[in-house]
Amino acid sequence: MAAIPVLPKLVGERVKRREDPRLIQGRGTYVDDIKIAGMQHLAFKRSDVAHGRIRSIDTSAAEAMDGVEAVFTGAQVMEMLAPMPIATPFPSPPHRVLATDAVRYAGEAVAVVVASNRYTARDALDAIVVDIDPLPAVVDPELAMTGRPTVIHPEFPNNLAVALLPSGTGVSADGKVDDSAIEKAFAAAEVVISQRMVNQRLVPNAMEPRGVVAHFEPGKGSMTIWSSTQNPHILRTMIAAMIGLGQDQVRAIAPEVGGGFGAKVNIYPEEYVAAAISKRLGVAVKWVEDRSEAFVATTHGRDIIGYVDLAARRDGKVLGLKLRLIADIGAYNMLLTAAVPTLTMLMANATYDFPAIRTTLTEVFTNKTPTDAYRGAGRPEASYFVERAMDMLARELGLDPAEVRRWNFIARDKFPYATQMGAVYDSGDYEKALDLALKASNWNALVAERDAARKEGRLVGLGLAMYVEVCGLGPSSSLPTGGWEHSQVTVERDGRISATTGASPHGQGNETTFAQMLADQFSVPIEHITIHHGDTAIVKQGIGTFGSRSQAVGGVALHLAGGKVKVKMKKFASALLEAHEDDIVFENGRIAVKGSPASGKSFADIAAYAYVPVPLPEGLEPGLSDEAFFEPANNTYPFGCHISMLEIDRDTGEPTLLKFVAVDDAGNLINPLIVEGQIHGGLAQGIGQAMLEEAVYSDDGQLLTGSFMDYALPRATDFPRFELHSSVTPTPVRASSTRPSMRSPRSE
Amino acid sequence: MIPAGFEYARATSLDDALAKLKAGGDGGKLIAGGHSLVPLMKLRLSEPRLLIDISRIPDLAGIRERDAKIVIGAGTVHHDLATSSLLRERCPVVSEAAATIGDPQVRNRGTLGGSIAHADPSADMPAVMVALNAEIHLKGPKGWRVVPAVNFFQDLFTVDMAADEIIASIQFAPVRTAAYAKLYQRASHYAIVGVAAALEVSDGTIASARIGLTGAASHARRLTQVEKALVGQPPSTEVIERASHAAALDAGEVNSDIHASAEYRRAMIPVFTRRALAAALARA
Repeated sequence: MAAIPVLPKLVGERVKRREDPRLIQGRGTYVDDIKIAGMQHLAFKRSDVAHGRIRSIDTSAAEAMDGVEAVFTGAQVMEMLAPMPIATPFPSPPHRVLATDAVRYAGEAVAVVVASNRYTARDALDAIVVDIDPLPAVVDPELAMTGRPTVIHPEFPNNLAVALLPSGTGVSADGKVDDSAIEKAFAAAEVVISQRMVNQRLVPNAMEPRGVVAHFEPGKGSMTIWSSTQNPHILRTMIAAMIGLGQDQVRAIAPEVGGGFGAKVNIYPEEYVAAAISKRLGVAVKWVEDRSEAFVATTHGRDIIGYVDLAARRDGKVLGLKLRLIADIGAYNMLLTAAVPTLTMLMANATYDFPAIRTTLTEVFTNKTPTDAYRGAGRPEASYFVERAMDMLARELGLDPAEVRRWNFIARDKFPYATQMGAVYDSGDYEKALDLALKASNWNALVAERDAARKEGRLVGLGLAMYVEVCGLGPSSSLPTGGWEHSQVTVERDGRISATTGASPHGQGNETTFAQMLADQFSVPIEHITIHHGDTAIVKQGIGTFGSRSQAVGGVALHLAGGKVKVKMKKFASALLEAHEDDIVFENGRIAVKGSPASGKSFADIAAYAYVPVPLPEGLEPGLSDEAFFEPANNTYPFGCHISMLEIDRDTGEPTLLKFVAVDDAGNLINPLIVEGQIHGGLAQGIGQAMLEEAVYSDDGQLLTGSFMDYALPRATDFPRFELHSSVTPTPVRASSTRPSMRSPRSE
Repeated sequence: MIPAGFEYARATSLDDALAKLKAGGDGGKLIAGGHSLVPLMKLRLSEPRLLIDISRIPDLAGIRERDAKIVIGAGTVHHDLATSSLLRERCPVVSEAAATIGDPQVRNRGTLGGSIAHADPSADMPAVMVALNAEIHLKGPKGWRVVPAVNFFQDLFTVDMAADEIIASIQFAPVRTAAYAKLYQRASHYAIVGVAAALEVSDGTIASARIGLTGAASHARRLTQVEKALVGQPPSTEVIERASHAAALDAGEVNSDIHASAEYRRAMIPVFTRRALAAALARA
């Protein structure tokens, strides 16, 4: 008998992304590639002004145009759709799907055209006459808090969506506040660092803008909706509820999705309107966002001001932290808007064993595009506030910024660690990450280089920051959708494997990493495995991909489902090979009796037997397919330490990054190549925010950085070579010890 | 892009383009690389009824040297300017400036003629053409016309060119001792401030100097005070420094926008004047 080729173990290997060949050859199918016979096209009329009362909307000229099927104003849409739903427990003003009485940000849609093609639909927008009485606009949250110069929602005086919500030491679950610990900390302080910090507003800018095709089939009474979304199952739930169908009557499909960065978690007005109009007219309708719309009509990120006070002793030991947050949430609450800044509060401990922390959160309405989840969603903001304060403390005391951090770390023997903010950090070893970063960057040499450069009159600086982030969202107690993930694994009749995941990857590479896991679990070639996702008719249940959960939660569900199928396959093999189940092994594409590989059968032979089970082993059903839901007991809290060196041009003030060293601890890595890609993206995002990007508004509420000519998205040439290193600290709360790969870096 | 509807016609020659332009009347518009026009059409700030594509006219192509002049067809794309061995050898400032424009996609489509005709106040090439004392060769219904670059740029997006004319070529005597220095607007890669310096040095003296400035004001212009401070002087660091300081006085009114205040722009003009002069002299 010929020797059996050995299949290498794939988990932990740098397997190239299986998704890439089709994507980089233009062979992916995105929403805009979906075409349905008789399909109509939508275009949305948007307000040019940031704040005003709608006096009238005249659609008659647009309706008279050739090719225009219908025009619906906000008031007409209101007859089809209830107000926008949200998923946070905070009070929220009424938010019509399209504006009816007033517009509250530039870009808010007031009417929609249905036409035979996209160009006609767009032409018709110019024929709609919208008469708006302008009102004063406000774009500065700290001005808006005074109620001047305007009140955006009459139900919310002083524009306060959330006012001084407390959290931290001395704040009990029922909202009782005891100030004694935080007051004691500041009374004992030998030094207090106080600083107002601004974490500016950003535009998410996925490469693929949003888009939706809604296809209601009157004969069946059911709807199929394609959308560029991160979470098709949540979309299905929301669409069904809004248009009055059952969840069994709506099929949601996320085809290829060209990035989401959190902004495609939200379910948007355009998706509800497309579904409602398709149902009303009985035809398929398509809407694809253009880039100019994406800048104003897709939710923004960040925009939070932190007033930071850090109380410490002169030896560098921190006694207490006060963090007063003012979040500018824009004009409305979207799906998760109000919850995002609460994650800034949750992560206020950062990597430190602070004895007392008090945070308060105020959320303010302004005449700007609403904010929602984006790239870490609240957690990178906390890292920024705390880490900058730690640097200021070190400078004030003349101490080494690395050592000041070390003295305040949560010690490695304290995990799992319950923070002052209510999180339970699963595991961590912050000194290990710090020491690795100092060593890998050759920190002492960098300090010498910096000092030498400064002697020459050059402006060279060296920076260091720690981070920790809540990832792997999350237990069902923390998410209104449920916090589990689902997977089904099927060994097909020919021995190939189909698997589904409710995680809906859109750049994370799970078609590759999940196939690596199954290849090892069943000892079959990765080429024999297909991962299905993003279609609620194929993927029975799911939550989606956000909050760094696809691998950490979805990956475990996959592993559990695979394990169930493997147990059953062993029973079939046991019957066929006449050996005890416990002696059956999966090796190199074969299933054999332990110790005698030649005795075995091919994986495909056992699979075929399971589907034509003659004889059927007692107590077994035919077939090899099973599913699992995985509910995590806790989040995971990956961490790391990043070091950068930069020079500022004395003549121009321009900064140039000279060096960037990143140590990230994401536990055991399924695929280091993909993780590094995610980290590269994360660094690009973080550096982009630090050095280039900002959504800038004029005082009257116009987005001045409304195109890539003015919004400085970083280019590859803006970065130095990234030097990446990892430490590995397994998590105790998982069946598999995979942490999510990095959220503060650019992953979802 | 979802522009307003338009007709499209491809011109096969300069005269064919002129005929089509005439036939198109007010609604006709020339398009070459489209990198200035298409963004306007996308926003429907421009809604031409007829686009006349001049990107494949043989007469508008190519970079050559003729009678001690460099002749560049107006349809030449920035990438070809950046990589032309003739320009890199005889007049490297053009290649240098072209390489700073936008990004590879822009440089592969955008043309020299388009950049000059559009006259964006922050475009790079107008400053270079002013410094090189380039001639803009135009053809219209009445025949040929030649306009010096310094007169061509008149105001914001305003040039000495009639609606029925086409830029055929840009011609200039090559200057080796010339350089371009710019402060990038980080989103668009247009110039916040861009300075092109073209010098002639003989026997240890700066014999002539032409300095072009872009980004600072409504249109590209010369910095004559800087030029005066240089001519007849030795090419020393002190002379460069003194001449650069003259640039701030020379600049006149300067722009202010979200990327740079007027104060910052004004402060950057001497900085980039100095850098351009030093780089030019490094080629002497």
